[in-house]
Amino acid sequence: MLLIPCPWCGPRDESEFSYGGEAHIARPREPESLSDAEWADYQFMRTNPCGWHREQWLHAHGCRRWFNVERNTATYAIRAAYRLDEAPPHREDAL
Amino acid sequence: MNQPRRLEQGGLVDRERPVGFRFDGREMQGYAGDTLASALLANGVNVVNRSIKLHRPRGIVGHGAEEPNALLQIDRGAATLPDRRATQTELYEGLEARPAVGRPERDPAAAMGALSPFMPAGFYYKTFMSPRGWWERYEQVIRPAAGFGYAPDGPDPDIYDRRNAHCDVLVAGGGPAGLQAALSAARGGARVILADEQARFGGGLLASEARIDGGPALVWVDAMVAELAAMPEVTLLPRTAVFGNYDHGFVGLVERLGDHVPPQQRTGPRERYWRVRSRQLVIAAGAIERPIVFGNNDRPGIMMASAVTTYIRRYGVLPGRKAVVFTNNDSAYATVAALRAAGASVVVADAREEPGALAAAARQQGVDVRAGSAVLSAHGRKHVTAVTVGDLARHRHERLDCDLVAVSGGWNPAVHLHSHIRGPLRFDHDLAAPVPAPGPEHVRSAGACAGRFDLAEVLAAGAHAGAAAAGALGFEGAVAAVPDTQGADPVPGALRVLWRAPQPPEGKAPAFVDLQNDVKTSDLALAVREGYRSIEHVKRYSIMGFGTDQGRLGNIVGAGIVAELLGADLETVGTTTFRPAWTPVTYGALAGEELRELFQPVRNTPMHEWHVARGATFEDVGQWKRAWYYPRPGESMDDAVRRECLATQRGIGALDYSTLGKIDIQGPDAVTLLERVYTNNWQKLAVGRCRYGIMLDENGTPIDDGVTARLGEQHYLMYTTTGGAARVLAWLERWLQTEWPQLEVYLTSVTDHWATLSLAGPYSRDLVRDLGTDVDLDPQAFPFMSVREGHVAGIPARLQRSSFSGELTFEVSVPADYGLWLWEKAFELGEPYGITPYGTETMHVLRAEMGFIIVGQDTDGSVSPLDLGMHGLLSNRKDFLGKRSLARPDFQREDRPQFVGLQPEDPETIVPEGAQLVRNPDQTTPVPLEGWVTSSYYGARIGRSFALAMVNGGRERYGERLIAWDLDAGAIPVTVTAPSFYEPPQG
Ligand SMILES: [Zn+2]
Repeated sequence: MLLIPCPWCGPRDESEFSYGGEAHIARPREPESLSDAEWADYQFMRTNPCGWHREQWLHAHGCRRWFNVERNTATYAIRAAYRLDEAPPHREDAL
Repeated sequence: MNQPRRLEQGGLVDRERPVGFRFDGREMQGYAGDTLASALLANGVNVVNRSIKLHRPRGIVGHGAEEPNALLQIDRGAATLPDRRATQTELYEGLEARPAVGRPERDPAAAMGALSPFMPAGFYYKTFMSPRGWWERYEQVIRPAAGFGYAPDGPDPDIYDRRNAHCDVLVAGGGPAGLQAALSAARGGARVILADEQARFGGGLLASEARIDGGPALVWVDAMVAELAAMPEVTLLPRTAVFGNYDHGFVGLVERLGDHVPPQQRTGPRERYWRVRSRQLVIAAGAIERPIVFGNNDRPGIMMASAVTTYIRRYGVLPGRKAVVFTNNDSAYATVAALRAAGASVVVADAREEPGALAAAARQQGVDVRAGSAVLSAHGRKHVTAVTVGDLARHRHERLDCDLVAVSGGWNPAVHLHSHIRGPLRFDHDLAAPVPAPGPEHVRSAGACAGRFDLAEVLAAGAHAGAAAAGALGFEGAVAAVPDTQGADPVPGALRVLWRAPQPPEGKAPAFVDLQNDVKTSDLALAVREGYRSIEHVKRYSIMGFGTDQGRLGNIVGAGIVAELLGADLETVGTTTFRPAWTPVTYGALAGEELRELFQPVRNTPMHEWHVARGATFEDVGQWKRAWYYPRPGESMDDAVRRECLATQRGIGALDYSTLGKIDIQGPDAVTLLERVYTNNWQKLAVGRCRYGIMLDENGTPIDDGVTARLGEQHYLMYTTTGGAARVLAWLERWLQTEWPQLEVYLTSVTDHWATLSLAGPYSRDLVRDLGTDVDLDPQAFPFMSVREGHVAGIPARLQRSSFSGELTFEVSVPADYGLWLWEKAFELGEPYGITPYGTETMHVLRAEMGFIIVGQDTDGSVSPLDLGMHGLLSNRKDFLGKRSLARPDFQREDRPQFVGLQPEDPETIVPEGAQLVRNPDQTTPVPLEGWVTSSYYGARIGRSFALAMVNGGRERYGERLIAWDLDAGAIPVTVTAPSFYEPPQG
């Protein structure tokens, strides 16, 4: 049972949240210009790392805001939570 | 009453307070302070159960959570508790216990034991898995014979509580280490919770003759508990098992509040589930003694040495007078001392060639200590009567009469809570057992669970762990004083690793590794012979450790034997994974008060009581109770639905439509949002008009549909399906927050704000007029797919002309509080028009006759709007969610399943929903699938049965004959048609 630090409400029990999958996957601006493979990449392909992972969470039973979390998929440690308009706190090569 | 094995004195039981109880129909007596196990032993009960697979007689082996055999059925009726561990069940007046498996003395299935050689590991898989499908039949015979206890015969009469708590330091285990840890942390100012699964704090000290600070250990324990109890930030939780250690300091505890009280005297909850967030955790869970495996080692009277010590010292019960102690380490010499002090004779088989000083001291006191020896096998059936003791080096052996065997194969630190959160283990060669290695920073193991057994060391380790936990949080460390100790029991010391004794001279005898699951060494050998190498695979093949005791006694021993069989060392073979829960947790505790009406909110519409009074049956749609149909006296469901359908066609049908999801959408970019989430065009929708829309996920499959009305320049009202309201709101919010934050749109759920009456049928306009309205109802002024705001019957109202039935329909929405009043008014004034209430079943029939889909019933995650024939709803001039997916080659295939209608050849036959569509069900399998039935009804308006279906390339197959096939209904001939059956009236 994770303790998730909502950037708006502070640390709250995991049961208040719902998970949104990998973060920073932008919807393509012109989907119709994409090949089937490129569209499939947006839709289905995820990095699925063993280690640090940037992911979306929704404080569904709280402020109802989406935000991003850096969570370690091996240890479940959470080292950062940040708003959608904020840059990730750690560099890509630290993931 | 007679307690033949109760000692004259000693123990912590209160001999002034006798307690009457029953076991297997026999009246017995114990004392306050007994467990059911100690009371049974005091009464001379040897056989408490039968083993689950082989039905061998079994007795009490342990004294705590490790007990594999004494799983008993407690009390009767609805409050009965199955599979309760007698060693952890406190005795109370009137307690009634029965074996969970078979009859202990005369068991009709005992012949299973004779089949033992024929029922090796994997026996069930191999024997009963063929012929295919027969397992279920075998299972019906085997299950009652095996038995898993008895289910209660009614709903649980007990109540359960739940509490959320936060603390700085949680201490799991209230023995010497745990008490020291709790006091150190608390003195530093930390908020502390100390939990122990026993009724009394003290842990191993409860069965120890050690002296602490110059006095009896329990005097010291009581002083510690008193000091802790007086501290306001300390919560003491006896009778509380810490069952699971989860991420981010979340720890699960179950407090037993009522189990020690006779059921009729219980007040309040039986159990309380504590959900604790602890910033630091000190594990002081102790260690579990492990057995050494030998022939017929499951005979009643063969017990763990520490259990024998505990029964003598703590409960004043001597389990046998003629004892053989079988050990490979020093700790069992405490048992030797306890037995002798209680007047029993003792022979020691010590596996070590040079047993050391304690053995020498015992010999000096006249104990027959046989070095380098082992118990090879036990004799006797329902109770041990003798053992064969052999010399490990020279294989000489001798038969010794006895009525008790006390076994110690060393100690396994209780690493469970450490392992639950992936704390790594290190193999300790001195103990021949895994011990915790440094793991998550907030978790510390102290005392025996960390592999330390010397009492002085344990007291010091506990104090330091508590101070370190508090110190890590910034509390000033205040290490509790480490008191002097004398007379502590011996530590395991130098150990001769011995997992199993050699084969006895009389030949093979079953030697059990896991008593609860009847797993023998021969089963492990078979698993290895059949190629299993990983201990996790051996475990699953042999089912070693799968019982409710989770193999606390046998798993390390089993791993040791597997290592021997593989010629590997135990460190390489490793152990199986320890997972929550430490001890079984009742569903009642987890469910707490969230039962029945508190399980989930029930949503009723403002008109609900009217429906109830009218005799409606209800169906659950999401959290809503919706009227399903309104049977009149003597009517079947089918009768009622046909009547409701025809009344709607001929007069007025009234549907409570209040449950429909409603999302108020406002802002300058409202229309842009609609354009992106709906497949069709919204730019040109005029104020006062409404339009049907369908929403896709990015994979191109429908997720919801409904009508959206434009109420103002920047104001829309979106209707969703009843069950989809929350999901759609979340969907829109997600896109607005994550991808389109630049859009200025505001969403508000207004589902509960409005009560909606849907009035359908040729006289619906007349009724709205009769109710009185300032809205111009003329079809020219208020055409189909329009919305108007005004008043109805003097109430502020919104009128909408959309129709899910094909009939002339006015949907009247009023503020929810007016809903019932307006509904009753409509029925009063609608009587001349034959107004009839109809429910969701009629609604579904009417919509299906029109060919309108229900998302999730007629569609699933494989269906696209192209398959549904909704090409006209797909805009070419804009992007929308899911659009790109529709262009994928597979979605463009002509032969995909397409949405069609079906007419059964017999107009009275209703095809079961879910039936498969084939050309010829009699052809050889596999029969090619042509499609499946998604909705099927009798249509009263069209006077025949009909169905909706998905059929491969179906739009090109109108008129074709297919067979709908269903396991129960058989073959039903149908004809493929367009998905539209009812021609709505004009106007
Ligand atoms: Zn929040």
